Amino acid sequence: MLSFRNLPIKHKLTLLSVLASCSALILACGAFVAYDGWSFRQAMLQTISTEAHIVGANSAASLLFGDPRSATDTLAALSAEPAVIAAGVYNRDGKLFASYVRVGVEQSAEAALPPISPGQPDRHRFEANHLDLSRPIIFQKEPVGIVAIRADLEIMRIRQLRYIGIAVVVLFICTLGAIGVSLWFQQRISQPILALAATAKRVSQDKDFSLRAKAEGGDETGVLVETFNEMLSRIQEQNQELQKGRDELERRVAERTTQLEAANKELESFSYSVSHDLRAPLRSIDGFSQALLEDYSDKLDEEGRDHLQRVRASALRMGQLIDDMLNLSRVTRDEMRCEPVDLTAMAQAIGADLQQTAPHREVEFVIADGLTTNGDARLLRIVLDNLFNNAWKYTSKQPRARIEFGFAQNNGQSAYFVRDDGVGFDMAYADKLFGAFQRLHAVAEFNGTGIGLATVQRIVHRHGGRIWGEGKVDEGATFYFTL
Amino acid sequence: MDNKVILLVEDNPDDEALTRRALKKNNIQNEVVVARDGAEALDYLFGTGAYAGRDLSVMPTVTLLDLKLPKIDGLEVLRRLRADERTKVLPVVILTSSKEEQDLANGYMLGANSYMRKPVDFAQFTEAVRQLGLYWLVLNEPAPRIRSSVK
Repeated sequence: MLSFRNLPIKHKLTLLSVLASCSALILACGAFVAYDGWSFRQAMLQTISTEAHIVGANSAASLLFGDPRSATDTLAALSAEPAVIAAGVYNRDGKLFASYVRVGVEQSAEAALPPISPGQPDRHRFEANHLDLSRPIIFQKEPVGIVAIRADLEIMRIRQLRYIGIAVVVLFICTLGAIGVSLWFQQRISQPILALAATAKRVSQDKDFSLRAKAEGGDETGVLVETFNEMLSRIQEQNQELQKGRDELERRVAERTTQLEAANKELESFSYSVSHDLRAPLRSIDGFSQALLEDYSDKLDEEGRDHLQRVRASALRMGQLIDDMLNLSRVTRDEMRCEPVDLTAMAQAIGADLQQTAPHREVEFVIADGLTTNGDARLLRIVLDNLFNNAWKYTSKQPRARIEFGFAQNNGQSAYFVRDDGVGFDMAYADKLFGAFQRLHAVAEFNGTGIGLATVQRIVHRHGGRIWGEGKVDEGATFYFTL
Repeated sequence: MDNKVILLVEDNPDDEALTRRALKKNNIQNEVVVARDGAEALDYLFGTGAYAGRDLSVMPTVTLLDLKLPKIDGLEVLRRLRADERTKVLPVVILTSSKEEQDLANGYMLGANSYMRKPVDFAQFTEAVRQLGLYWLVLNEPAPRIRSSVK
């Protein structure tokens, strides 16, 4: 069953007015019927009481003279009052002296008469269907007997049934009227609320904030509708502003993307031409220097041949610089693919490779176990390659060396490190370590282009990490990096 | 090695001279046809333009193809070569300065048989040309001629 709470408002309103009018009617009818019953009883009591007095007065002599016949005659006069069912006159001892029973009553006089009590002769009592009444018969201030009458209440019952019938008919007509009136009111009260509810539902379903509820009247519903519409307007405005902001952002992102793409493309074509066009002349320089050395060496003196060798060496070095530069730019350009990387295994492989390039060197590799991270394996390989190569290179002038790879605390940060006991560097130049083409050693001393650490730094930065170096001249260097 | 022709597609005369020198130093005496751009290379291969009426039964045993070329670039030459029945199976070695991954990927994707980067060091270049000649002119067995398409 539907609870009242979940009933639609229009049913609630109908129920309300019908209940209100019905209960008012029922109360009114009930009060009226009750009052009518009460006043009818009072009137009946009055009438029967009077009749009992008359009968008593007229029967006193009969009692005194022991003449039941005249008492019976007196009682017979009660037939004029159709309500009286039975009546009786009793003597002072409470013995029935004379009686009357209405024609048509099939009971004996004893059964039809009300009970009397000689000690309490003056009383009356309403039963369901009748009124029992007894009065003392007084003669010269002396009680000589009792008169008792039983009167029918049937008339009252019929009368009340009629009233109830009328009340039911009135109630029915009034209910219909109340429904009609409530429908009419409902139109004016519930309709705007229903319309508002429907609009609210559509707004929330379709997310269409341009909808508006129809405004009606200036009552609370009207205010509600107006407020609701205002809220919708505000939401719509805010949505529009948000959309505008989003469009603007998207436009800007698209613009930047285009610019970035253009820049990237330019960079790509730049490195392509560097890779292609800058190397071609170098090949000619080297190739024809070589041709000169081979074909015309007899026409050149020692110095001339030396000059040509220098030309060739420079060409080769330039080629190396170009390659390194291209690698550096590729490191920042290529897309990153993140995956779990076993740094320990990688470091061990690099160490083994290095040892193979110079088997005679005595280098101890100390590589910590279980170092894994998440990152681009190819790029991290370049990082370790460069750091190990540096360590290898800067320990190459000593008979024994030790290269270490591990994970430790430094400057309050946990970081990976590659440590060597090679020539080290002066901390005064630490800020130059990671600049492209920056070197702390002459080429003649240690070969290199100064690109390695710049490349390493870019890769570490791309992994969201940091790199720094610590060293002391002739006491080795340690490079720390976080990922 | 008598009638085995090498097609060298190279726009840079210096590189052409160095390649010839490297071939000579390695005693590779095969005829070298030089095309100075992509269009000329295609003309030679298909007997059009300046090479109209050329005997098409003679096809290069190996084509050394540079990528950066005037008019039609190397990758496009390769694409057209592979699209034609007559030249579909010709050995093509890309010989270029570029080491760009994109070039490598495209080269192989279009059906290059080999990809070689010209080293700056001439000694290394000479060695590379020696191995290249030995492999493609001596060791490698070419695909049988597709007769129907050779007119």
